Amino acid sequence: MTARLRWRKLVSGFMLTMTGVCAVVAVVVLFFILGYLVYHGSTSISWNFFTKLPAPLGETGGGMANAIVGSGKLLLLAALIGVPVGFLGAIYLAEFSGTTVAFIVRYAADLLNGVPSIVIGIFAYILAVLPFKHFSTTAGGLALGLMMIPITLRSTEEFLRAVPRNLREGAMALGASKAKTIATVIVPAAYRGILTAVLLAFARVAGETAPLLFTALGNRYWSPGWNQPTSSLPVMIYNYALSPYEDWHRQAWAAGLVLLGLILVINILARAILARGVSVPRS
Amino acid sequence: MRRLREGDEIVRLVTFLFAAFVVLVTLLLIFELWVGSALPRHKFGFHFFVTSVWDPISDQFGALPFIYGTVVTAGISLILAVPLGIGAAIFLAELAPARVSDVLQFFIDLLAAVPSVIYGVLGVFIVIPLMREYIQPALKSSLGFLPLFQGPAYGVGFFTAGVVLAIMVIPYIISVSREVLLSVPRDQREAALALGATRWESTWKVVVPFARTGIMGSIFLALARALGETMAVTMVIGNTPTISASLFSPGYSIAAVIANEFTEATGDIYLQSLIELGLVLFLLTFILNGLARLLIVATSQRGSGMGQA
Amino acid sequence: MKRIAGLLVAVVLVLAGAGIVWADNPLSINGAGATFPYPMYSKWFDEYHKKIPNVQINYQSIGSGGGIKQVTEGTVDFGASDGPMNDEQLKAFKDKHGFGILHFPTVLGADIPTYNIPGVSVELNFTPEAIAGIFLGRITKWNDPAIAGANSGVKLPANDIVLVHRSDGSGTTYIWTDYLSKVSDDWKNKVGKGASVNWPVGLGGKGNEGVAGLIKQTPNSFGYIELIYAIQNNMLYGRVKNSSGAFIKADLASVTAAAAGAAKDMPADFRVSITNAPGKTAYPISSFTWLLIPEKFSDASKRDAIKGFVSWMLTDGQNSAEALSYAKLPKEVVAKEKQALAQVQ
Repeated sequence: MTARLRWRKLVSGFMLTMTGVCAVVAVVVLFFILGYLVYHGSTSISWNFFTKLPAPLGETGGGMANAIVGSGKLLLLAALIGVPVGFLGAIYLAEFSGTTVAFIVRYAADLLNGVPSIVIGIFAYILAVLPFKHFSTTAGGLALGLMMIPITLRSTEEFLRAVPRNLREGAMALGASKAKTIATVIVPAAYRGILTAVLLAFARVAGETAPLLFTALGNRYWSPGWNQPTSSLPVMIYNYALSPYEDWHRQAWAAGLVLLGLILVINILARAILARGVSVPRS
Repeated sequence: MRRLREGDEIVRLVTFLFAAFVVLVTLLLIFELWVGSALPRHKFGFHFFVTSVWDPISDQFGALPFIYGTVVTAGISLILAVPLGIGAAIFLAELAPARVSDVLQFFIDLLAAVPSVIYGVLGVFIVIPLMREYIQPALKSSLGFLPLFQGPAYGVGFFTAGVVLAIMVIPYIISVSREVLLSVPRDQREAALALGATRWESTWKVVVPFARTGIMGSIFLALARALGETMAVTMVIGNTPTISASLFSPGYSIAAVIANEFTEATGDIYLQSLIELGLVLFLLTFILNGLARLLIVATSQRGSGMGQA
Repeated sequence: MKRIAGLLVAVVLVLAGAGIVWADNPLSINGAGATFPYPMYSKWFDEYHKKIPNVQINYQSIGSGGGIKQVTEGTVDFGASDGPMNDEQLKAFKDKHGFGILHFPTVLGADIPTYNIPGVSVELNFTPEAIAGIFLGRITKWNDPAIAGANSGVKLPANDIVLVHRSDGSGTTYIWTDYLSKVSDDWKNKVGKGASVNWPVGLGGKGNEGVAGLIKQTPNSFGYIELIYAIQNNMLYGRVKNSSGAFIKADLASVTAAAAGAAKDMPADFRVSITNAPGKTAYPISSFTWLLIPEKFSDASKRDAIKGFVSWMLTDGQNSAEALSYAKLPKEVVAKEKQALAQVQ
C-alpha cells in the first residue's frame, strides 16, 4: 500500500466517523430536550395543573385547566376547517381536475404552507378579529385551520393518486359512477395515508403559538362558547416562561411536557398507521 | 367515459369549490397584506428598506434592523446546521445499516415536530446561561480580535438566536438530504468504488454532487423555516432593533417585532408598517420556498432519468 | 358513506352542545392593558368573581399600549394604562366610536430602579443625572463616578451595565420616560416620553414580568419595573433622589406623599402626571394607573357589570391595595370618581 493510499484511507475513515458524530449529535439533542422537559415537567405535573384555573399573580397553586380545554377547542375548530377543505380539495385534484387547475391549486397550497405563522396571525386578525370586534376562539381556530389546509391537501392528494389504476377501472367496469367509485373504493384504499396526513397536520398546528397571540389572545377563566378569547397551552408556556415567578416556570415546564407528549404521541401514531403497510397490495 | 353522471357533477362542483377556496384564501392573504401596508409604502417607499430608525413617537419606521436581524440569525443557523445536517444525512444514507438509519430518522422526524415555543423555553433556561457563562466568554478570549466576537456577553443576542434556530432546522436538512442521497442510483457509487475510490471519496466526490441540487433544496427549506420563526427567536434575541457587527449584540427579527408590537401599535402608520414587515417576510419565504421546491424536483427527476440509461 | 354522514352529524351535535353548555352561563367581560397594576387587577378580578360568580372579568396584561389600542379598536370592553391617553388618542377613539372614553384611576404605584450586581447586596442611591446618563448610554460601567458619587462606602465593580427596558408598548415605560423628560433636557430632546420609545441602548423584555425575569437572570443588569414585581421576586431596588434632594425609597408612604398635591387639583378627566412631585418625602417616580372605560355601552349588562366593579373597586377593592404595595387612592379622588362613574351609559 502506498503512502498516498494509506492517507486516503485514513481520511475516509475519519470523515465517515465524523458523519456518525453528526448523526449522534442530532439525536442526542432530541433526547436532551426530551429528558430536560421530562425531568422538569414531571416534577411539576400535579392534579392542580390539570384541574385548576390560573391563580392571581404571585399566588401559587394555580393550574392550566382552561388552557388545556382551550387548546382542545382551538384544535377542534382547526380540524373542522383544515380537514374538509384539504380532503375535498384533494379529491378534486386527484379525480376531476385538469392539469392547469391542479397546478394553480397546488401552487397556492404550497404558498400558503410557506407563510410564516406570524403572518397567518396578522391575516386572521384582519379577517376574524377586527370586523367582529373581539378576540375569539373562532379567530384562533381559523388561523390554525388555515395552516392545516396545505398539509392535508397535498398529502391526501398524493395518497389518492397512489391508489392503483386497476381498482378504479374495476369499479368503473362494474358500472359505478365516479362519485361511488371515490366513496367506496378509492378513499377507503387510501384511508391510512389520509389519516396519517390529518394527524401530522394536527400535530404541526398543536404547538403553534404565534398565530394565537392576536387571535385567541388569552383568558384567565373558562372561555364560554366560541366567541370569547381563550387560553391555550402554547401561549401560556410563552407567558409563564418569560416571567420571574418560580411557580410559573414550573407550570411552563409541565405544560411543555404535556404539549410535547401530545405531539409526539400523534406523530408516532401517524407513522405506525402508515407503516402498517399499504392497505391494497400492488400488483 | 367523458360525460359524467348527475351525481358526479355535484361531487365535482363541491370538491371544486373547496379546491378553489384554497386559491382564493391565498390570494386574499396577499391582498390584505398589500392593502394593509398602503400607508407606509406610499410614505416611505423604498426608504423603508434602508432606514434603521424605528420610532413610534415620531412615526418614523425603517425595516433595516429587522431585516438585518432576520438574515443574520438565519445565516448563523445555516452555518451551524448545514455541515452538521449534511454530515448526519451522509451517515444515515451511506453508512448506517437500513434499520439503524430508519430508527434514527424516526427520532429526527420527532425533533422536527417539537413546537417552537418549547425550543424558546429551552433557549431561555439552558442556552442563554450557557452562552453567557461559558461559550461567549470563551469565544471572546480566543477570537475576540474579530469584531464578530466583541462586546459584552449578555447571553441573548444574534448568536444565541442563531444557535437555537440551527437546532430547529437540522431535522429538515437531514430528512430531505437523506432522501435525496438514498435516491442516487447504486451504479454511481459502485462505479466510483470500482475505479479505486475510498468509501469517503465515492460519497463526497460522486454521490453528494449527484444529489447536489436536492441538498440545496433542503437548505433553502431550512432557510425559509429559520426566516419565519417567531417564538424561539423572540425569546432569545434581546428584542432591540440594532445593527451590529458583533454576534453577541442583542438584535431583533421581523417576526419577533411583529409578535411583540402588533397588539399595541396605535396609529395607522405604526400598524401598517408592521404589516409591511409581514409582507416583506412573506415575500422572502415565498421566493425561497419556490427555489427549494424547484431544486428538489429537479434532483428527483434527474435521479430517475439517469437510472434508466 | 353512511358512516361519514353519521360522523358528521355527531361532530355537529358535539359542537352545538359545547356551544350551548358554555355559551350563556357567565357574563364574560374582556379587558386588556397595563402590566404595571396586573398583580392588583388579577387579585381584584378574582375577588370580584368570587363575590359575583356570574361575572367573569378576563384581563390580559399585554402592556398599556395594547390596552389603548385594543379598546380603541373595540376588541376589548375596557382598557388599562399607566400612561394616560393623549389628546390624539382620545380623538381617535371619539372619531371611531362617536363617543368618548373616560379615565378612572385605580391605585398608585411606583417605577423603581432595580439591579443585579454581583457582590452588591445593598440599596443603591440613584441621582436623576445617573439614571438619565445610564439610559442615554453615556454611563456604561457600574463604577462610574456619577453612580459611585451617591454611594460612598459601596464597592461597585468595573463591569459593563446591562440595561433592560421594555420591548412592548408600556405605561411603565411612559412613567419612567415622563420622569426622565422632566429631569433631563437631553433625554427630552433626544428620546422623549411615550409608551414605546426609540431606546438608545439596552435589551428588551416583554412586560414587567419579562424585564424582571431578564434582570434576575442577567448579572450586572439594570432596569425599571413596578414596585410589586421587585418585592414579589425579592429583587434589590434603589433609592431615587427627589426634587427636594432627598434619596427616597419607594413605599406606600412615599408614593402617597407624591399624590398628595395632585389630589387637590385633580382635573375632571383624571389625567395627571405626578412624577418628580414636590414634597420632601415624595417618591419621584410614582404614578396613578387608570382603567379606560368607554362612555357608552351597547350591552347594558356589560355596562352594569363594569360599573358595579368600579364602585366595588373604589370602596372594598381599595382595602386590598396596600397588601400588594400599591397606595390607595386619596379620598378626594375616590369621591370625584364616584361622581364621574355616572357618565358611563
